[in-house]
Amino acid sequence: MIVKREKLTWWERLYLPALLGGFKVTFRHFANTLFRGRTVGKELSGGYYPETPWKVAEGYRGAPYLVRDQNGDTKCVSCQLCEFVCPPKAIRIVPPGPDGPVPDRPNAEKIPREFEINMLRCIFCGFCQEVCPEEAIFLRQDYSLTGHSRKEMIYGKEKLLALGGTQAGVQKWKQKLEEAREQENFPVKA
Amino acid sequence: MEFVLLTLLKIVCVVVPVLTIVAYAVLVERKVSAFVQDRVGPNRTVPPLALKIPVLGPLLQRWGIFQPMADGLKFVLKEDFTPGYVRKAYFWLAPAITMVPAFLVLAVIPFGSTLGNPENKMVIADLNVGILYTFGIVSLGVYGIVLAGYASNSKYPFLGGIRSSAQMISYEIAMGMSVIPVFLIVGDLNLGKLIEWQAQHHWLVFSPTGAVSFVIFLVAAFAETNRLPFDMPESESELVGGYHTEYSSMKFALFFLGEYANMVASSAMMVTLFFGGWTFPGLTEPANSVAVGLLHIGIFVAKLLVLMLVFIWVRWMLPRFRYDQLMDLGWRRFIPVALANILVTAVVLWMNSK
Repeated sequence: MIVKREKLTWWERLYLPALLGGFKVTFRHFANTLFRGRTVGKELSGGYYPETPWKVAEGYRGAPYLVRDQNGDTKCVSCQLCEFVCPPKAIRIVPPGPDGPVPDRPNAEKIPREFEINMLRCIFCGFCQEVCPEEAIFLRQDYSLTGHSRKEMIYGKEKLLALGGTQAGVQKWKQKLEEAREQENFPVKA
Repeated sequence: MEFVLLTLLKIVCVVVPVLTIVAYAVLVERKVSAFVQDRVGPNRTVPPLALKIPVLGPLLQRWGIFQPMADGLKFVLKEDFTPGYVRKAYFWLAPAITMVPAFLVLAVIPFGSTLGNPENKMVIADLNVGILYTFGIVSLGVYGIVLAGYASNSKYPFLGGIRSSAQMISYEIAMGMSVIPVFLIVGDLNLGKLIEWQAQHHWLVFSPTGAVSFVIFLVAAFAETNRLPFDMPESESELVGGYHTEYSSMKFALFFLGEYANMVASSAMMVTLFFGGWTFPGLTEPANSVAVGLLHIGIFVAKLLVLMLVFIWVRWMLPRFRYDQLMDLGWRRFIPVALANILVTAVVLWMNSK
């Protein structure tokens, strides 16, 4: 689409109205901050970071954690899609193998033997969440991850599950079941 | 001998406060930018001992008074990294060449009248060709930036250097022409005489041709100091850091200080040329006591600081010009206006002299 440029009047071309407008806006903000102490941090979170934790907005993409389903069972089935899609190669999954742990929920064939996310490598892109067919990994709201060593920053399966908590809201298999029932239950025309 | 000692003393008394002003201009810049953008600015740095002072310590911390010291320390302690592909000799020379002219300009600025003794004027070098000297030195400033761009031997600094050479040379013409009416009116190139004239008559910014000169000079000064509406040589969004991309540590700090020292020099020039230097309505006679002399210096510094604030404020007010708009403004607007200004001033003076 071509947007037609409006012809500026000679007064506008003098650049003075723009100067005046700019000064008005900047002075308003300057005075509000200086005399009334109105700043973004105070408006949004009531203070500044180290003293007042930042208020995380809804939909924020923080650190990726594993979640449990409504029954407290592990959702991950060790398909390794997230490991493949991860751009910085932060995720490492060890599949169970023939003699590994058995999954703790029905409808699942496998459960990961080990699931590691290197939080030093993770770029919080959310590809893992997007690609996961089981809706087992979610980007949570944690943004300030710290540790004393590099090793400490590699989060294992237990830690990820504990941090992720349960995600009862998304119940993929229940939804699938209902969909299947729905398909059986079509109105029959006489 | 006495002359040499006095001159050395004056040099110290000019350079040290200017460096202080430069350091604190950076703080003011950061604070003003923060306030304009609804942030709080630097408010954490504090030496542990200063916090022990009851009310004042935390207050100074909130104002960020100690920030320039921390910044300076950081610059000194950082690794001075020289990339392998640069042209070493020029690479080392360029920061100094950027920094020095700004300080040389200050030599001819009369920053006060006298301190009681009429023989001892408050100016480091009382040159009769003051303004010519200034323009000669100011045009050296471009070499530092061009040399930095050339010596860095990489594309963004190179583009920054090219841009700055074109921009600074263009605006030097407008700047030089803008002050000619001033000297037509006053009839002397000596900056001290200029201030005397303004003390007896009026500040030049209040005469119609002087006001036009001032506007052109101000805009050209923004271009000469590479400040924001015209910061083409740096333009971080286009050229990473422009001419100082490859510089680090104290070498970068020299560029950084050079920019602010240039601002101080330009502001001092504007105060002298258009705002009557150390004079103030009611305080027009050269001082005959130390107290009045110091007051004159204070007036000069106050005017200087106001103009510095204008420089800083404009940076956070206006977006960067496009390169062709910048050149258009310089060549097709300001140079003709400056020429017309010279002509009008000359004609008016000629009419008045008859």
